Amino acid sequence: MNNNNNLFSLSAKDIITQKTDPKSVIASLTERINKVEDKVKAFVRKPKINPAAKPSPKTNQPLWSIAVSIKDNICVEGQLTTCASKILSGFHPPYDAEVITRLKNAGAILWGKTNMDEFAFGSSCENSCYGPTSNPHNLDCVPGGSSGGSAAAVAADETIMSIGSDTGGSIRQPASFCGVVGLKPTYGRVSRYGLIAFASSLDQIGPLTKNVYDSALLLNTIAGYDHKDSTSADIKVPDFTKSLGEDIKNITIGLPEEYFTKGINREVKIAVDTAIELLKKKGAKFIPVKLPHTQYAVAVYYIIATAEASSNLARFDGVQYGYRKDTGQGLIPMYRATRGEGFGEEAKRRIILGTYVLSSGYYDAYYLRAQKVRTLIKKDFDDAFKTIDCILTPTSPTPAFKKGEKLKTPLAMYLSDIYTISANLAGIPAISIPCGFTKNNLPIGLQLIAKPFAEDTLFKIASAYEAETNWCKIKPKL
Amino acid sequence: MSISREDVKYTANLARLELKDKELDILSKHLQDILDFIDKLKSVDIKEVAPTSHVLPIKNVYREDEVSRSLKTSDALKNAPSKDERFFKVPKVIE
Repeated sequence: MNNNNNLFSLSAKDIITQKTDPKSVIASLTERINKVEDKVKAFVRKPKINPAAKPSPKTNQPLWSIAVSIKDNICVEGQLTTCASKILSGFHPPYDAEVITRLKNAGAILWGKTNMDEFAFGSSCENSCYGPTSNPHNLDCVPGGSSGGSAAAVAADETIMSIGSDTGGSIRQPASFCGVVGLKPTYGRVSRYGLIAFASSLDQIGPLTKNVYDSALLLNTIAGYDHKDSTSADIKVPDFTKSLGEDIKNITIGLPEEYFTKGINREVKIAVDTAIELLKKKGAKFIPVKLPHTQYAVAVYYIIATAEASSNLARFDGVQYGYRKDTGQGLIPMYRATRGEGFGEEAKRRIILGTYVLSSGYYDAYYLRAQKVRTLIKKDFDDAFKTIDCILTPTSPTPAFKKGEKLKTPLAMYLSDIYTISANLAGIPAISIPCGFTKNNLPIGLQLIAKPFAEDTLFKIASAYEAETNWCKIKPKL
Repeated sequence: MSISREDVKYTANLARLELKDKELDILSKHLQDILDFIDKLKSVDIKEVAPTSHVLPIKNVYREDEVSRSLKTSDALKNAPSKDERFFKVPKVIE
């Protein structure tokens, strides 16, 4: 039996197996938010709870009465949704995103909207019109981004689970920085309907959770075909929790030499090497693999992602929703003023870069070339997966960095996603799980990458590792 | 490739984005850094490589032409900064 005072630290698995009273969990989470949220600032809108509301009667819904926090780029009907941008101020979506419909149908309690980099543009959660979120393990450090609020809320035990989105690492890198489990599913696995688009060929919604089981459980709910998303994959969704705990003796894991070169922090390297040894002891076989075009991934990404973003963000023009600045000089000056004032610095940078690489005279040199190199990056993975089941890498070359450290040098910020970007370009699933701490008590994450629609392989290996370690249980001192 | 302050100003106009002088200065520098970095793609041999615009084999999605629930006009207009009856209202377009 758990002490009533720390019910907030429970995972969904704990709550379900121990049949914990949901009302007590919600009360405990509320107290927890009151105590730590001023320091962490994970939420842009804290959960609204009506203490007088009667608890819903117990059902067999898989997420019955479990608190799930939602990144602020996912539409919830009638609830302010802003992408942490001034340009969407006042926007109340008239419909639910497909993931929200599925969460509601599964009995989940929508537990507030979490902070993010504006339009998911960033790796530190500092590019938010609401101000930055702090890393719960060290308040001077960033939580990672762009789903920094979702990761921090889970790590700080302000929620049970979170939903984030990942375009170049935006679930996995903050999961790594905050010491939680973060999964980017295969492109097409989860409907993007109602996710405010950043880069449509790369975006994917996924879970941030306190353990691997919860990740599988949440994916069970949100995955599956949706006719409202034309890129949704019509592929059967297994019960992912069934792949947990299977032995990994027949598994072959590839170690790409391109990910273990210079630039990797020494403590990160040691933690990942130690994890590899542990998995070897559990029976996994490791072999070296080559992903020769890895060095081009960041460059390809920042052409394709910004090109798609510049197109997607054209809809924010002060006409249908959000902020408008009318200069009284006609339509075009209204567009220019609205967008000039409504978008933050990083959004402007990406819109300009994306517009530039798509503009007449540069399209072939930048955009078309990037799409061709994307083909080569994808082929690297296709070739590697002919002989292996999974790839193991660090999630990020470093642990969480200090706030402000990379804000003035965008390129340095972009390079913090160097290990996560390729999975988005290739459309394949990848998970970040905690694999240790630095001597300064900052979490370290390792990444597993699998073939398209082989999330079950990721869960199998991740749960085998998790069973022998307890990194997820080491909580920040707040 | 080098990007001038004028290039940035021109691109900003294409993107309907008003930039202050100071923003133009900073953006020009940052974009030059990023373009220099991106230039490394020039060394990749892309002869006879097809471009990837999408990772999954996708095909046209067809459906029966059936009437279903759609957004009510009042809901679609609910978030508009300016509206008039059934319309989004914009500043004057024609002189």
